[in-house]
Amino acid sequence: MTALTSLTLKAALDGLKAKQFSSMELTKAHIAAVEAARPLNAYILETPEAALASAEASDARLAKGEAGALEGAPLGIKDLFCTKDVRATACSKILGDFQPPYESTVTSNLWRDGALMLGKLNMDEFAMGSSNETSAFGPVVNPWRIAGSNKSLTPGGSSGGSASAVAADLCLGATATDTGGSIRQPAAFTGTVGIKPTYGRCSRWGVVAFASSLDQAGPIAKTVEDAAILLKSMSGHDPKDSTSLDIEVPDFASFVGKSVKGLRIGVPKEYRVDGMPAEIEKLWQDGINWLKEAGCEIVEVSLPHTKYALPAYYIVAPAEASSNLARYDGMRYGLRAEGGNLTEIYENTRAEGFGAEVKRRILIGTYVLSAGYYDAYYLKAQKVRRRIADDFEQAWQKCDALLTPTAPSAAFGLGENSNDPIAMYLNDVFTVTTNLAGLPSMSVPAGLDAQGLPLGLQIIGRPLDEGTVFSIGGAIEKAAGFAGKKAERWW
Amino acid sequence: MTETFTLKGRTGDWEIVLGLEVHAQVASNSKLFSGAAVGFGAGPNEQVSLVDAAMPGMLPVLNKFCVEQAVRTGLGLKAQINLKSRFDRKNYFYPDLPQGYQISQFEFPIVGEGEVTVDRIDGTSFTVRIERLHLEQDAGKSIHDLDPKATYVDLNRSGTALMEIVSKPDMRSPEDAAAYVKKLRAILVTLGTCDGDMEKGNLRADVNVSVCRPGDYEKFRETGSFKHLGTRCEIKNVNSYRFIQQAINYEARRQIEILEDGGKVDQETRLFDPGKGETRSMRSKEEAHDYRYFPDPDLLPLEIDAAWVKEIEAGLPELPDAKKARLMADYGLSAYDASVLISDADVAAFFEEAAKGRDAKLVANWTLNDLMGRLGKDGLEITASPISAADIGALVALIEDGTISGKIARTVFDHMWAGEGAPAAIVEKHGLVQITDTGAIEAAVDKLIAANPDKAEAVKEKPQAIGWFVGQVMKETGGKANPAAVNDILKAKLGL
Repeated sequence: MTALTSLTLKAALDGLKAKQFSSMELTKAHIAAVEAARPLNAYILETPEAALASAEASDARLAKGEAGALEGAPLGIKDLFCTKDVRATACSKILGDFQPPYESTVTSNLWRDGALMLGKLNMDEFAMGSSNETSAFGPVVNPWRIAGSNKSLTPGGSSGGSASAVAADLCLGATATDTGGSIRQPAAFTGTVGIKPTYGRCSRWGVVAFASSLDQAGPIAKTVEDAAILLKSMSGHDPKDSTSLDIEVPDFASFVGKSVKGLRIGVPKEYRVDGMPAEIEKLWQDGINWLKEAGCEIVEVSLPHTKYALPAYYIVAPAEASSNLARYDGMRYGLRAEGGNLTEIYENTRAEGFGAEVKRRILIGTYVLSAGYYDAYYLKAQKVRRRIADDFEQAWQKCDALLTPTAPSAAFGLGENSNDPIAMYLNDVFTVTTNLAGLPSMSVPAGLDAQGLPLGLQIIGRPLDEGTVFSIGGAIEKAAGFAGKKAERWW
Repeated sequence: MTETFTLKGRTGDWEIVLGLEVHAQVASNSKLFSGAAVGFGAGPNEQVSLVDAAMPGMLPVLNKFCVEQAVRTGLGLKAQINLKSRFDRKNYFYPDLPQGYQISQFEFPIVGEGEVTVDRIDGTSFTVRIERLHLEQDAGKSIHDLDPKATYVDLNRSGTALMEIVSKPDMRSPEDAAAYVKKLRAILVTLGTCDGDMEKGNLRADVNVSVCRPGDYEKFRETGSFKHLGTRCEIKNVNSYRFIQQAINYEARRQIEILEDGGKVDQETRLFDPGKGETRSMRSKEEAHDYRYFPDPDLLPLEIDAAWVKEIEAGLPELPDAKKARLMADYGLSAYDASVLISDADVAAFFEEAAKGRDAKLVANWTLNDLMGRLGKDGLEITASPISAADIGALVALIEDGTISGKIARTVFDHMWAGEGAPAAIVEKHGLVQITDTGAIEAAVDKLIAANPDKAEAVKEKPQAIGWFVGQVMKETGGKANPAAVNDILKAKLGL
């Protein structure tokens, strides 16, 4: 049983095709692992019956030789994805027991290829948070612990459930979403691989919106290759999303293991921020050295507007969120609180339904869009956004990809930053830039810190050049020798 | 030059200044950003897609046909077509607005400045400058009177495409405002971009009303500065020509009274109550929403191709102004008749069919006066006319060739209206053929003179008394005698 859940997605798919085991066996092993791991609080809804029914169907297709690319693979789905007739809440009380009568395009693509769902994964409410503590279902616990300590650590956020579930072998891979780092930071905190593709690669249709111009779906996986396999299935043009790119989806997995010799790797000097732990500095240098050894040319580049990225992000994202979340008004679905008149119903519903962080962002967003403030905040932030994109454009003159740390720290204790929003927002300092510029970027585990916690490196690619990102990710994964390193099981 | 419309106040004369925002529902089978059907008469909430109901994770996809309709309309308004425009979100909460925002075009509309030539009843015309036309979503409908405690919401209209056509403040009288809407409607209906059905609310106007002293408006036009004009009030959603005029009259009077009492007009949004003929305050400027407009991040900027615009332009039908000019030139109609005909494309088409090879002036009279009068009385559209265009043509033909007189024609028309068929058959059936046989008329005249020698003598002194003889002959012949022939014969026999 343990053996089956510890397989990588690739190994499991190969095993299924070779009839070494059935999808039923694989799924049952995962269902048992999920049940045993409830203390992690990674799954907020388990759907074992549906999973087993799907496994049976997959086994039939495997037997007939009609297997899809992900046939029989049990996955976890972030609760931000709408799943037909299965509760989808975005981990907010305001959606109540909402069961969408439709399936998101990304998950539909996965089911089309034969994958199956074990359940819905915990996350920060409406994907707003960097520690999974804003979830209405309580925080997810990171399977990793500081050596010799029982302290509960955050798996990061917002895709904390996805990251923990993958790290603890509670699925073969998971869907996640990334608006400012919500795939990459949790991946870094849990020793998993996460990639946010180019904006427009994955359809946003059926994904509960946080900030439309920044939201992108992507996978969290055990290995770079697994991430490539999952992203291939998740991607593709969707006419139902006007921002979806009508462009060929390459076979991302074919780039993993490809030589990186001759690639020019940019190291942005502005990412050396004050107060960055020496270990992260060192890890970055390790990454540089590994790539140099693999034949890459290292070039220093400048992204001069980096320091404005976080403030710009925390204007644009809340602005869009304040409007996107207006539909949760208690009128058509989800929670409705009582009230003596319409305004009271609105106020009570939204006061009860939204958590503190979501309210904070709605307020910020409403403020920056208000008459008299729009130019000073929203418009200015959009200009900064343009400059940041231009910075990257400049950098591509000198290099093919960029290497940076994923996050400024390793996983921190639950509750440690929850009273200090600014400290929490700083977690996104290295990741928000690529959301603002729409670029593909991946976090790949690169080592453990002195306390035994995983750290990640971020690879940023040119628009639509996920291929190169996967090649470099594969090279780092190999050089770091991280694969196979797992959190010691304590749950 | 028409005289400027003025209202007399206690302290002197006032003029009014009017600008209109007309909301025209785009004629389209589906909504602006969803595939849901658009139609009238469906049950509540039967034409609502997941997008229209703003379900979580749903996204808008622009309906290209609605864009084409907006471009077509822009071309019909002789307006600038903006190859690049943008959709913005207008944020506010209301139960019939499921998204919590309306997708509209705030900063960059698809159509820029244009103009409309408006015809007045007296045959003069004036120009209304168009400021812009933009596309936006309509909201659903809140129904407050089904239940004393609850409000019901019907989302069928939610997401339907509207064109908002904004005029400059170029109208100066209630009649001008109504004439502008009438002309705009004719253009939209001709283009096929809006069905123009005002009763169903598919065409409705927000009317901006302000008052000023004589001379102020001219200063405004010279300088472009609104400081010369009074504070305006916006009357929302007025949906008939009559209500537009009533609302303006009431509102202008209200403002004048406030000003003459030494008060100040507050800029506000008002509602027109057709029952009472009054406007009442809906919300003041202070209560006005801060809509927090910003570009909709779910939609890319709208870019259209100049070649596509050319293609649409090439396919435009004949517009009302061109049609008016042609009707005047080809049929010799008066400016008035021509402008009445073009105000409804169906009427114009009816006329043109009936007028083929006939006396056009006569056909215009029969169409506009007799037929339209009768249709109006019965509340019928010309498309539902019981008398066909061909039959109006045939009726005029019978008058032209002298088979019947104009007077008899009215009788024939009544039979046609009653559904008795083609005019020739009616004339035959009822024996209405005009008597042009001079022998028959002569006999009647001879008989008449013989019976009334005194009158025949008297008429020699007083020739205008011939009318009595004409009347008697017509009476004798059942009205069928050719009046010209009767006259001629009488004159000869009476020695006049």
